[in-house]
Parts: sequence; structure tokens; C-alpha cells
Amino acid sequence: MARRIPKPLVLPDTLAYWQAADEGRLLVKRCTACGQHHHYPRDICPFCLSDATEWATAAGTGTVYAFSTMGQGEAAYTLAYVTLDEGPTLMTNLVGADPAAFVVGQRVRVVFQPSDGGHAVPMFAPFDVLV
Amino acid sequence: MSLNGSAAIVGAYEHPTRKADGLSVLRLHADVAKGALADAGLCKDDIDGYFCAGDAPGLGTATVAEYLGLKLRHVDSTECGGSAPLLHVAHAAAAIAAGRCNVALITLAGRPRAAMAEAQARAATANAAAGAGAKPVKPPLALKPPDPDAPELAFELPYGPATQNLYALVAQRHMHEFGTTSEQLAWIKVAASHHAQHNPHAMLRNVVTVDEVVNSPLVSAPLHRLDCCVMSDGGGALIVARPEIARSLKRPLVMVRGTGESLKHGMGGHIDLTWSAAARSGPAAFAEAGITPAQVQYASLYDSFTITVLMQLEDLGFCKKGEGGRFVQDGNLISGVGKLPFNTDGGGLCNNHPANRGGVTKVIEAVRQLRGEAHPAVQVNGCTWALASGIGGALASRHTAGTLILERL
Repeated sequence: MARRIPKPLVLPDTLAYWQAADEGRLLVKRCTACGQHHHYPRDICPFCLSDATEWATAAGTGTVYAFSTMGQGEAAYTLAYVTLDEGPTLMTNLVGADPAAFVVGQRVRVVFQPSDGGHAVPMFAPFDVLV
Repeated sequence: MSLNGSAAIVGAYEHPTRKADGLSVLRLHADVAKGALADAGLCKDDIDGYFCAGDAPGLGTATVAEYLGLKLRHVDSTECGGSAPLLHVAHAAAAIAAGRCNVALITLAGRPRAAMAEAQARAATANAAAGAGAKPVKPPLALKPPDPDAPELAFELPYGPATQNLYALVAQRHMHEFGTTSEQLAWIKVAASHHAQHNPHAMLRNVVTVDEVVNSPLVSAPLHRLDCCVMSDGGGALIVARPEIARSLKRPLVMVRGTGESLKHGMGGHIDLTWSAAARSGPAAFAEAGITPAQVQYASLYDSFTITVLMQLEDLGFCKKGEGGRFVQDGNLISGVGKLPFNTDGGGLCNNHPANRGGVTKVIEAVRQLRGEAHPAVQVNGCTWALASGIGGALASRHTAGTLILERL
């Protein structure tokens, strides 16, 4: 049986992120004071502590930094870090291909997968794969 | 304020159990406290400082102190996972230097193995009572639910981070950046197994080969089953005392010379898995001790996984970044064979990882080595300088490192 994706434990300050995920958009937080993007998203910028942070829509494209596949058969899943083109690296899953085919440095794009009774969750797949 | 010479480790005790059927968590804390007191030659009323972390139940320091009837004037419940006892020793030395206490007790204990077996037995009993056709009850995968107030978990838990795959990410990136191989990582387990064969309490006492490690089942690529530590119950305790008190006791003098602590986290998405927080705690400890890594004769290195050891070897300065794979191969960590004997009790990889926290056993084996009380087959001749290092949390996300440098006087 395929792994059930736990629903995100949504807190008020990141509700917008998950609502956008339901609409198929990946948001990333940007600080208007220091100009840097960060992840996971906060109200307060972790680089300069300004509260002048805003949501930006990410391009949804990035590069595989590291990954590891755990589990057998249908239950196998691939934990990964993907570096977004905007800068931040985020924890995610790689989907849409045989795990043995993924490589570090590979270009990937965001896809949204349903969670178990909660918001959609952003994951990443190879460019040429429809998920 | 330098902590060099401000305190000594006068008592150390490791619980012999590896599966604590019928023993409560507090009984384990009490057992190890008694053992360390007896080892030091001190009595309960000598203790005026107490240190424990999140493995202690209830209110932690207060709950354990009440059970043991301790009368305290200093308490510290610094919680950072498995590295906590390394930090506790440093904090005890600081408290002693500041005049806050004279004799500090540190305990770590737990029974995750027995608790999981009990949860599985309860699920089996419930399923038998419900009969065929009923929806089966599953034992819990984790004994504690995630904290809904931890904001980072929403961005991690949907992706299934387990301890194994988080450490595997670090191993994979190390292989990618530096060409490290599974065979090199396997040498770390091989060395631990060479030591564990002499430890009657070790969970895994069979000597293993590189081939056996790399051919054991993949847990989370590139880590194999034998790249992982054991899961065990039990615990350990330490007693840290003012040097004047330490000199009045009959035990060999083990002085705290260097201490360092640091933590690393996701850094707002600036993820770099090629270094650990030990890269900051290590230099701080060496600077305080006034020695270099080349002077360390024995090292206790946190070994939740083989990759954990490799990262600390590089970050603590035993070899250059990226050269850990070559450093560990061909038995370089085996006592009597290589240049840097490590984890001569068998470590977490083969001996004991009580309460899923390997910190206290790291300090205990360093103390044994400095006293000349390690097993004769693994004892380092004339061991004067030892290092103990802990990593608490996950290397790939949030973790806290603690480094201790100890000298036998």
C-alpha cells in the first residue's frame, strides 16, 4: 500500500501557503527589508528579523540537492532536499519516476499531491513527467 | 571564563540492561544514579546539583529529584536530544566554577525497546479480542505525537522524514561531493564490532566485515541496516565534582579540559549538509583545552549511524573535510590497529544506544579509557587525552553538538 501523506499541521501564519498549494501554486516568503527569500515561511525574516515579509509565487522549478528512498514496493518514497530557483532549499518528496533514476543536480518542477484529509502538498518531479 | 580545570568527572556508570522489561524509566534513572555514586565513592547527600534532559519523565529534574530524595541548590534540564549529557558536563563545570554547586549528578535513561514491545503486545491482544473481520489495531509508529506548535513540522512531516532517511541525505550528499563510498562507511561499523566482541553487555557482539555491512538490507539509500545503531533500553550516569573534592576521592582524576556546544538548523533554507554543528563545538573545546586533535588518544564519537561518525571526524579536525572516508578505512578506528581508537565499548552501533540517546555512554567510555578501566583488549596504552562528542537531533535538519576534552592527571 502506498504511503499515506500526513496532512500538514497548519498554523495561522502559513495558512496562505497551504491554500495556494490547493490551487496549484507554490509560495515562498520574501523579506522586503533585506530582499532575501526564506523557507519554511515565517512572519519574521530569519535573516534580519524584519516583519516586512510577503508571499511571492515561486516559479516552481529547482534542482535536486540530496535524496534518499526508504521502504519497499508501493510503500517506497523518496525524501529529498530541492533548491528552488529563488534560493531556498526545501524538504520534499521526489515523485513521478523510478527512484533509481533520480540524480543529484537534476532539474525538477513542483507538482501537488493530495494529503490524508488536509491541504495539498508540494512535491517535485522530473520536467518531462506528467504527475 | 575558561572551564579548563574547573571540574572533574568522578563517577561514571552504565546500566547493564539492554531491554528493561519490568523496570520503569524512573527506576532506570535511580539505578544509574546509585551506580555512579558507588563508582565515585560518594553518597546521595553529597549531590547538590542535578542535570537531566527530555528522557526523564514528568517534570524532569523535579520528578527525578523527588524519587531519589535529592536536596539540591542547582538544577539544569538542558534538552537537546542525545548530545545533552555532553552539554550537561560542561554546564556542571560552569556551575561548579560559579560556586552554584559542588557535586553534580547527570542521568540519562529510558526504555523505548520495552515500550514498543508492550505497545505491539497490546495491539495483538486487542486484535485477538476483536476477532476476525474487525479492523486491526496497529501499534503506534512513534511513542510520542508530533508537537502541533512546532512550525517547521508542517513543512517536513508530510514528506516522511524518519531518522534513517534524514541521515541518509547527509551520507548521499557526502558521497556526491567527496566521492565517499559505502565501503568506507562500513569500516566504521567494522571497527565498532571489533570492539563490541569484548563487551559482554553489547547487543551485537559478532565481528562483521565490510562485505557484510554493504550487503545488509538497504534501510534508506545509501545507508544499510548495519550502518545504523542498535535500539536499546538502559542508561547511564555521571558525577562531576569540584577538583578539591575529586582529589579527596580514591578514583583516578579525570579533569574537564575543554568544552564546546553549538547547534545547526535549516537556516531559513540555506541547507548545506556537508558540515555539522561539531564544526563549531569542536574548535571551541580544543581552544579551551589548549591541545590539537593530533594529541587525542581516544575518541568517543556519536554513532547513531556510520555517517554521523564520519562527519564528526572531519568537523572536529581529525582529518580534512571530505577525507573522512579515507581516514576510517583499513581499520584506522580499531584499538591496537589504527591511529584513532573510537567507541571501544562497541558504541551505539553495536553496544548500546539507551533511550535513543547515545550521549552518556560516550562520556562513560572516555572515562573508562582515561582511568585504564576499558576492556584490556581495547584499552589504549597510557591514555591521557580523550575526546567525547555528541550529536542530538538530526544531522540533516536540526541538531545540537557537544564536545568534551578530558585529561587524566
